[in-house]
Amino acid sequence: MRFSARCAAVSLACAAMLCSVGCKDRGAGPSGTAREIIIGEYASLTGTTATFGTSTHRGVQLAIDAANASGGVNGARLRLLTEDDASKPDVARTVVTKLVTQDRAVAVLGEVASTRSLAAAPVCNQYQVPMITPSSTNPEVTKKGEYIFRVCFTDDFQAAVVAHFAFDQGYRRVALFKDIKNDYSMAFAANFASEFKRIGGTVVGEQVFQEGDTDFKAQLTDLKAASPDAVLVPGYYSEVGTIARQARDVGLAVPLVGGDGWDSPSLLPGAGGPGAALEGCFFSNHFFSTEISEKPTQDFIKSFKARYGVNPDALAALGYDAARLLVDALKRCGKVDGPALRDAIAATKDFPGVTGKITLDKNRNARKAALILQIKGDRFHVFRSYTPEQIGQ
Amino acid sequence: MQAFVQQFIFGIQLGSLYALIALGYTLVYGVLRLINFAHGDVFMVGAVICYYACTRWLPFRNLDAHPEAAATNIALALLVLLIAMAVCALLGVLIERFAYRPLRNGLRVADAHFWGLVAALPLTLSLGIRSGAPSVAAWLVIGIGLGYALRPVASWLARRTVRATSRLNALITAIGVSFVLEYGGLIIFGADPNFVPNVVPEAVYTLPGGIRVGTAQCAILAISLLLMGILRWIVLYTRRGRAMRAIAHDIEAAKLMGVDTDSVISFTFALGGALAGAGGALVAALTHVKITPLFGLLPGIKAFVAAVLGGPGSVAGAALGGILMGLAEAFVAGSRFSAFRDAIAFCILIVLLLVRPTGLLGQPVTEKV
Repeated sequence: MRFSARCAAVSLACAAMLCSVGCKDRGAGPSGTAREIIIGEYASLTGTTATFGTSTHRGVQLAIDAANASGGVNGARLRLLTEDDASKPDVARTVVTKLVTQDRAVAVLGEVASTRSLAAAPVCNQYQVPMITPSSTNPEVTKKGEYIFRVCFTDDFQAAVVAHFAFDQGYRRVALFKDIKNDYSMAFAANFASEFKRIGGTVVGEQVFQEGDTDFKAQLTDLKAASPDAVLVPGYYSEVGTIARQARDVGLAVPLVGGDGWDSPSLLPGAGGPGAALEGCFFSNHFFSTEISEKPTQDFIKSFKARYGVNPDALAALGYDAARLLVDALKRCGKVDGPALRDAIAATKDFPGVTGKITLDKNRNARKAALILQIKGDRFHVFRSYTPEQIGQ
Repeated sequence: MQAFVQQFIFGIQLGSLYALIALGYTLVYGVLRLINFAHGDVFMVGAVICYYACTRWLPFRNLDAHPEAAATNIALALLVLLIAMAVCALLGVLIERFAYRPLRNGLRVADAHFWGLVAALPLTLSLGIRSGAPSVAAWLVIGIGLGYALRPVASWLARRTVRATSRLNALITAIGVSFVLEYGGLIIFGADPNFVPNVVPEAVYTLPGGIRVGTAQCAILAISLLLMGILRWIVLYTRRGRAMRAIAHDIEAAKLMGVDTDSVISFTFALGGALAGAGGALVAALTHVKITPLFGLLPGIKAFVAAVLGGPGSVAGAALGGILMGLAEAFVAGSRFSAFRDAIAFCILIVLLLVRPTGLLGQPVTEKV
C-alpha cells in the first residue's frame, strides 16, 4: 500500500513536469508580445572538431551583436543561446531538444559537421523550428525536412569541384582514403569518384580509416602500391595532419587533396608544422578567403579581427552569413513563429553574404561557388575558383 | 613480397605497443583476477604527460632552428619517458589504493576523503567556469567538506561484517574509474586534440627491396622490448616477482605464508601503470597522433583482446598476443578489407578461444569447490 502511494506520487510529479515542458509557448514573451527573440545555436565548442565550433560561434555572435547594436528586429532584442555538443551527435540531439522545447528558441543555427546536423535536424523539423546549418555539406541534411536550410554548397558540388580540379591539374589516377565513421567523408569520396570517372579519370585505390585510429601506415602503404597521382583525403583536420605525416613516412609523396573539413588553424600542427608534410597540398573550401578584396568581405574581416584578434576562417564567415540571413528573415516575417519564419527564410533571394550571394533553392540549399586553396607555409592561398556553371551543374 | 615485409614491420611495431598495454592487463588479472578496464586510460595519461612534458615542462629546442640540439633533445626525451612511466605508475597505485582495495578490505576514512576530493574537482571547475577563475583553495575546501560528509558512510560501511567480495563489483568499479579518468581528462585537459611536435630527429631509411624503416619505429620496438625484458626479469628473478607469482597462484595461501599482499598488489599496479605510461609516451612522441582524453579507448580495448588472446595471467602470452594483434591489424588494414580490420581481429580471437579456451599460453585452471 505504501509502495503504491509512493508510485502514484512519483507519476504525478512526472506528469506535472511533462506538462510544464509541453505547455510552454514558443517565441512569445511573458506579456504576449515578443520583447526578446531567442535564437538557439549548437556548436562543437569542445571535442574532436573544436575549432569548427569555436570559429562558427564567433561569426554567429558577431552577426547577432551587430543586429542588436542596430536596433534588433522590429523592436525586439535578439538573445543567442549557445549549447556545446562536445563534437558528438547524440549530445547534439539532446542540446537541440533542450533549445527548442525548454528555451523556446524561434530558430536554431548549427552545426558544421554533417553527422551532428543529421542527428539534430529531425528534432527541429518535428517541432517546426527552422534550422539553418552554416556549413554542413552532406546533401541528406536538408532532406530531413521542410524546416532545414543551409547557406553553403553541398558535398555533391564540392566533390565534383575537386574532381574537376584534380583532372585540370593533370591527375588521372587518384586514390581515396576516407573515414568510414564519418557521413561527410564517405559521401564526399563517393561523389568524387562518380564525377571523376565521368570526366575520364581513374580511381586506382580505396582505403578506409576511422576517427581515433593511431596508425594509418598499413592502409597508406597499400595506396602507395597503386602509384596514384594524388590521394583524396576527405577527412577532418584532426586526422588529416597525422595521415599526411605518415604518408610521407611510408614514401607516399604525391599531393593530398581534401575538402572544407581541412580548414582549421589546427591542421598544420598535426602535419608537423608549416612547410612540412602538407606543403603544397590542396583543398576545396567555401567562397571565403582573406585574399578576397570585395568590400563586404573585407569589412567583415576587419570587424572580426577587431573583436577576436585573429583572421576569420571560412567557417566563421558562414556562421556570420547564416545568422545574418536569419536576422533578415526575422525582419521580413510578420509574426515570429515557426511556419512564418520558415516561409521567410525559404523566400531568401540574392542575400548579400560575405561568402557570396545567397539564394535558397526549392531544396533549401544555397547555390554558391567554391575555392581551391593551396597550403604554402602557414597560409592557405587561393589557387583558383569554380562556379556551378563552370563544372556543368 | 615487398608489401608483405613492409606490413609485417608495421604490424610488429603496432603489436609491440599493444603488448606493452596488454602486459598491464595480464599482470593485474594474474594477481587479482580483475579486468582493470581503467588501464587504457592510464595509457592515455601517459600520452598526455608526454605532451605536456614536450611542450611546456622541459626545455626542448626546436630542431629546425637548432639542429645541434638533437643530442640534448634525445636525452630530454628519455627523461620524458621516465616521467610518464613514474606518473602512470603512481596513478596505477592510486587507482588500486582508492578504488579496488576498499572493495577487498572495506572502505576506510582515508578513502572517503580521497573520493571527496575527486568529486569536488568537477564541481569546483564548473563553478569556476560560471564565476571566473577556478581556484585550488576552493577545490580543497569543497573536497575536504565532501570528505567529512562521506566519513559516516565510510565508517558505517567499514563496520559491516559482510564485505563485497564479488568480482562483478570490482569490474564495475574498474569501468567507473575508466570514466573518471576519461571525463576528468576532458575537464582538466580539454577535448581539443593536441599533437606532440618533433622533439627528436627522425629519419626514414629505404632498405634494399624498397622496404622503408623509420628510426621512430625502431625506437618504439627497441624500447618496448627492453621494458618487456625488464618486466620478465622482475617477475621471474626478484623477491617481489616471486611474491606476485605466489599471489597469482593462491592469494590466501600467500597471505598465510606472510606475504604482504596489499603492498605486492600495489607494486603490480605500479608495474602495469609504468608500462602503459611508456606506451602512451612512445605513441605520443613518435607516431604524432592526436591526443585527446578519449584516446586510450581503442588501444585499450585492443590490448585487452591481446591479453585474452595470449592467455590472461601469462606474461609471455600478453606479449605474443599483442604482436599477433598488431600483425593481424596491419595485414587486414593493408588489404582490400580495411573496413573490417577490427572485426577480423575479433573473429581471430573467437576462433582461437573456441580451440584454446585459456588463450595461447594460458594455464588451464581447475576450479575447486
